Amino acid sequence: MSYLFVVLGAVLVNNVVFVRILGLCPFMGTSKKLDTAIGMGMATTFVLTLASGTCYLIDNYLLTPFNLSYLRTLAFIVMIAGIVQITELIIHKTSPALQQVLGIFLPLITTNCAVLGIPLLSANFGYGLLESLLFGFGSAVGFTFALILFAGIRERIDGADVPLAFRGVPIAMMTAGFMSLAFMGFAGLDRFHH
Amino acid sequence: MLAALFVMTGIALVLGAALGCAAVYFKVEGNPLAEQIDAILPQTQCAQCGYPGCKPYAEAIASGEAEINLCTPGGDDGARKLAELLGREFKPRGAPAEKLKIVALIDEQTCIGCTLCIQACPVDAIIGSAKQMHTVVSCYCTGCELCLPPCPVDCIALIEEPRTPQNWRWKYPVTGLGVFT
Repeated sequence: MSYLFVVLGAVLVNNVVFVRILGLCPFMGTSKKLDTAIGMGMATTFVLTLASGTCYLIDNYLLTPFNLSYLRTLAFIVMIAGIVQITELIIHKTSPALQQVLGIFLPLITTNCAVLGIPLLSANFGYGLLESLLFGFGSAVGFTFALILFAGIRERIDGADVPLAFRGVPIAMMTAGFMSLAFMGFAGLDRFHH
Repeated sequence: MLAALFVMTGIALVLGAALGCAAVYFKVEGNPLAEQIDAILPQTQCAQCGYPGCKPYAEAIASGEAEINLCTPGGDDGARKLAELLGREFKPRGAPAEKLKIVALIDEQTCIGCTLCIQACPVDAIIGSAKQMHTVVSCYCTGCELCLPPCPVDCIALIEEPRTPQNWRWKYPVTGLGVFT
């Protein structure tokens, strides 16, 4: 049951974009078209789950035994960048179809703050391996969810008569703000957790 | 302190070695993306794109050097397919970078004041009344050409609106796939 709350909490209650305000750069940048948003969401899900797992292992078996928790940020970002690059090489060779879908997005999110932030958070929460993986996966699903919703809205906004001063990024920023407010409505959902 | 140095150096070394090995073992022969682009291009080898043939153009697109809308035989259709493959924004072929706004202009000497164009105008940009000459309020005109057919004396022409400090505007912000870190 608590695993369910880890995922649910990460997807809805503490949505990585709207509540934790992480990963805004790809959120604004790749949400103009639904296709791009879905590709980006899938790539992020892949990388974030992978990163959560490896960072847990690094933290638990390398940093904690040597009392080096203060090196988390540094070690995690090096680890994530390396893992993503290797994965990209492997995918490039073994599966051109997957490379098509994820290829252009993978290098973009190697040093994304959501990808770094979620492993750091789960290290702070003291999550175990399975919980870390679920937390990473749930956060990424939340990110994808937010991205797809937002891309849908932006495609509608493109056809709307927006006042000149708000056209382009400003109206997108305001929309993101309203969506963030709407997600505050989920705040009570995880009160049975902990 | 020493442990920190060893751990970080260790991580860096292991990752470096793994990346090096991966680069060797998973080396891709040729560029699969360039081949897919090449498959879309019409293979006429006409070199109108400015590259020696379809294959070099495909490689230039794949490496991001060339625009996707340079292929004349492929036309807009081909450019659209390329845009779909690469996830880039479709651009019409050879579109001029900046196009001036087109507006209607009524030759006021010839106008007989029939009001037909006023009824045809969807944005009410033509003013005038019966048997009085009409004129176009150019800042409201959208250049839709709907006023051309009803005019019995063909006194309406489409012209490019001259750019003046009054009608010059900042371009809309364009957000594309940039570099995200």
